[in-house]
Amino acid sequence: MRRFRTAAAAALVTALTAAASGCGGGSATKSGGSNDKPGELTYWATNQGSSIEADKKVLAPELKKFEKQTGIKVKLEVVPWSNLLDRILAAASSGQGPDVLNIGNTWSSSLQKSKALLPFDDARMADVGGADRFSKAALAATGAEGKPPAAVPLYSLTYALYWNKKMFRQAGIDGPPVTWDELVADGKKLSRGGRHGLAVEGGNPVENAHHAFVLGKQHGADFFDENGRPTFDQPGNVKAVKQYVDFLAEDGIAAKGNAEYAQNQSVKDFATGKAGMLLWQAARTSLLAHGMKPDEYGIAPVPFQDRQDATASGGKTKVNSMVGGINIGVFNHTDNLDGAMKFVSFMTSTKEQRILTDAYGSVSPVLEAQQAEPRDKDEAVLRSVLSSSAAPLPQVPDESKFETLVGTAVKRLFADAAAGRPVTEKTVREALTKAQQQMGK
Amino acid sequence: MTAHSAPRTPAPAAGDTARGPTRTAADRTPAPAPGRRSAAPGAPAPSGTRRPAAGSPLRDRVRSAGLPYLLLLPALALELLIHLVPMATGIVMAFKDLTQEYISDWSAAPWAGLDNFRVAVDVDAPVGEALLRSFAVTCGFTVLAVGLSWLLGVTAAILMQDAFRGRGLLRALFLTPYALPVYAAVITWSFLLQHDNGLLNHVLHDQLGLTDGKPFWLVGDNSFVALLLVAVWRTWPFAFLLLTAALQNVSADLYEASALDGAGMWRQIRHITLPALRPVNQVLVLVLFLWTFNDFNVPFVLFGKSAPQSADLVSLHIYQSSFVTWDFGAGSAMSVLLLLFLLLVTAGYLLLTSRGRGSADV
Amino acid sequence: MSDTATAHQASGAAAPRRSPTALPRSFVWTRRIVLTLLAVFTATPLYVMVSSSLKPLEEVSGTFRWIPAELTLEPYRDIWRTVPLGRYFLNSLIVSASATACSVVVAVFAAYAVSRYRFRGRQVFTVTVLSTQMFPGILFLLPLFLLFVNVGNATGLALYGSRGALILTYMTFTLPLSIWMLAGYFASIPRDLDEAALVDGCGPLGALFRVLIPAAVPGIIAVTVYSFMTAWGEVLFASVMTNDATRTLSIGLQGYATRTEVYWNQVMAASLVVSVPVVAGFLLLQRYLVAGLTAGAVK
Repeated sequence: MRRFRTAAAAALVTALTAAASGCGGGSATKSGGSNDKPGELTYWATNQGSSIEADKKVLAPELKKFEKQTGIKVKLEVVPWSNLLDRILAAASSGQGPDVLNIGNTWSSSLQKSKALLPFDDARMADVGGADRFSKAALAATGAEGKPPAAVPLYSLTYALYWNKKMFRQAGIDGPPVTWDELVADGKKLSRGGRHGLAVEGGNPVENAHHAFVLGKQHGADFFDENGRPTFDQPGNVKAVKQYVDFLAEDGIAAKGNAEYAQNQSVKDFATGKAGMLLWQAARTSLLAHGMKPDEYGIAPVPFQDRQDATASGGKTKVNSMVGGINIGVFNHTDNLDGAMKFVSFMTSTKEQRILTDAYGSVSPVLEAQQAEPRDKDEAVLRSVLSSSAAPLPQVPDESKFETLVGTAVKRLFADAAAGRPVTEKTVREALTKAQQQMGK
Repeated sequence: MTAHSAPRTPAPAAGDTARGPTRTAADRTPAPAPGRRSAAPGAPAPSGTRRPAAGSPLRDRVRSAGLPYLLLLPALALELLIHLVPMATGIVMAFKDLTQEYISDWSAAPWAGLDNFRVAVDVDAPVGEALLRSFAVTCGFTVLAVGLSWLLGVTAAILMQDAFRGRGLLRALFLTPYALPVYAAVITWSFLLQHDNGLLNHVLHDQLGLTDGKPFWLVGDNSFVALLLVAVWRTWPFAFLLLTAALQNVSADLYEASALDGAGMWRQIRHITLPALRPVNQVLVLVLFLWTFNDFNVPFVLFGKSAPQSADLVSLHIYQSSFVTWDFGAGSAMSVLLLLFLLLVTAGYLLLTSRGRGSADV
Repeated sequence: MSDTATAHQASGAAAPRRSPTALPRSFVWTRRIVLTLLAVFTATPLYVMVSSSLKPLEEVSGTFRWIPAELTLEPYRDIWRTVPLGRYFLNSLIVSASATACSVVVAVFAAYAVSRYRFRGRQVFTVTVLSTQMFPGILFLLPLFLLFVNVGNATGLALYGSRGALILTYMTFTLPLSIWMLAGYFASIPRDLDEAALVDGCGPLGALFRVLIPAAVPGIIAVTVYSFMTAWGEVLFASVMTNDATRTLSIGLQGYATRTEVYWNQVMAASLVVSVPVVAGFLLLQRYLVAGLTAGAVK
């Protein structure tokens, strides 16, 4: 054993020497981008369609077009959502990554603070046609106010209420609910014979966090105060989370099994008639993939707390969705700065926007592209929600931490409810307080 | 890592007695020429050193002295580069305030002193409390998983010691889970642990009617059981493999002798088989402990990035505390604490198990 | 007291210890019951894997059925289209095979030094190398990544995202246990053999190549099997260190869970396809693994 100890000590010394002697970490030498490799671009796209291969098929002809126009070859990689954040992180900390990349717009502030992306100051914004080209709501989700955006909007998404026409008819309900009380009442009528009123993605922290945020807004609360400090456990948020979990717990309009849904099973349940309603962002292509045709469902704005909010022309609580979507940014260490900017211009051009948003069923954040007739009723509803009643998620650097902590807390509350344990205001508040404290430091 | 031989006799530690002095003598001799039997357990070191025929004595000596280092060089370089330097860097990171603000130039991150550690061990605050809880869950999980895996392994090994029809096939079946790639195995489990359509609930509820309503396995408290089930399923074949091999080294004479003494089957197992397995158990339990405690793949594939509280293993917890929330200082501090704990346990374990067995290397 | 026989004999089936008639009834019954239960426990997930891979999607995503209502081979055709499984397969093969080959070569040299020489620092080496088994992988994921990038930047080699980086990582992962197993195995080979070779005029390396390595084939196979399996199944490092072109199977399989659907039947089919080579290899070679492990572990 004595020998073991000496050896362990020696190992430690070796380790410490190595630590002291080197390895400073990520170099920031090329920060700001360069034009060392003008003929080539690497582009990381997010997964927007039904599969990664499907996305490649959508993007390939467009990238060919870009190559024809500019002579720049674009190397495409569609990064799965499950490891996108890790990959961006690795790229940011190492300086080796793509030239252009898509990000979920809720990460804008985090990435802005990390300085991993090239800021779109006025000059760069002018390169892509100026900030006026983009819808206000979409621009609001590109980073903290007053700082140059980390990325520009590419696709806009927002939540809407999808409802099954046939099931509604059979239950004797005329149309989609406008308030949550109506939704619960309708849901109860729909819940029979193994079917349920609403499908929720209870095991998915991100979805949970989004709904908690929107319902919180409706109760007049925010998850962060104006100084960026977390205020998770204020009464409005507690009410919001409880209201959301109660769809499964008290109201029973969501099936217990929804508590573990994290792979978009709720979309499938809705498409296959197991649930009568669904709150989702741009579900058209997914529903179609499951065999539900557009004329089988209706689409309406997400309910409000009361009818007054729904009809009001504005106000703090007239919020029924978040500004979701994808932004496109230029990586700080790009070695083809000019080409990258050209590519961003290309992707946000009105023509490309029409093609891409049609393929993905999203809404274009480019105002000019929005002038066209909506391709379907989905787009009409999504456009109106985005322009009148969608709020951007808190633009704070710790946004991803917020999604993880609050979303996970809600996931655990769902699990409690599904296991038959009571979910009360007290337990909700405790869960949120704990999440808030873990924002820590 | 030369250390103990398999005792071919059931008397534990037989053959160890000669080791102490032998080793010391061998170790003190600096770099002898090859051709010297190193401290083979039970056999005294040969006294004479035969010298290779080729080469002048002096050149030969120099070459021999340098040769082991040369042979070790590739392994050493790799270990240093891939394991030790990054680990040291990780330790340095634990003392920095390394949040997303600094990831693109993390040498610029301010020193945090012991702050990260203070937050991690402050069990009255939520971060420390969550870590402690996760640590407790991991300890419970490891003890149960290692215990059950060993138990199943030893049971199956003993029961399959004697030949019977179909033994080879059964052996192959038992070993398969260990050979399956982690991802393939665990994703299959997540499929059959689903709440609505999983096999387990189908059997428990639909077919046997044992439960009121279908329980949840992938969220909530039962997820601990689910995790344990999957871990044991994957791990016990390894114990079985190793213990089967060890049993083959138990001399048949012993069984015969004890049978002549009138010892029954069960007594033989208690007095011959189990003692004979002691040296293998020592290594097996340690290896299983380290693998299970550090396991990341199984909970990650089973639960994704946010595990239920009751199955929040510490490696996944650290992953969440660093990669999901981008706070690498805190994550590294937790990792360092974990490493210290493992070092301590391993040292303690070795100290305890090697007592009376002569000095073990590791 | 030679331990050579131990290691060499520790393979395959053991000779029966007792005559069958000597087995008490209670033992036989216990054996039947316990082994049946264990077999059910072990086989159920395997059965699910196989049967689900032969079901159409509607059936796999509905309530579980023991007997498939309809059998189809379509999942086996579709798996190659939903994700580029062929490419991932090739990547995994290249990475695992290279990592294994390099790891074994390096381990053989190191194990030779450790088992046949006494030199200053030997203990430190073995202990340090083995203690790396204790490291939580998460602790050095990011530093290792940064290291590759920095080395890449300094030398101009594109290490990041390359198969080379992954190969280096995996071979180092498996090195400690490989050295340990091989050193144990070498120690079980009588010294007289290589001493004789030295006397005959072989250099130390000659003795290693002509005598020791041929005698240690089972141990080397053991290390090969272990290294290959480890590399084939690794998840954490592969998820950060690969890109679209270099992605390995364990990450590639995640592609069957798409945004609209988890193709459970394809997941199972693909899992089976990627498992068959390793499982078959393992079962064929497991007796060597046992030999290698006992030589290493039992010492």
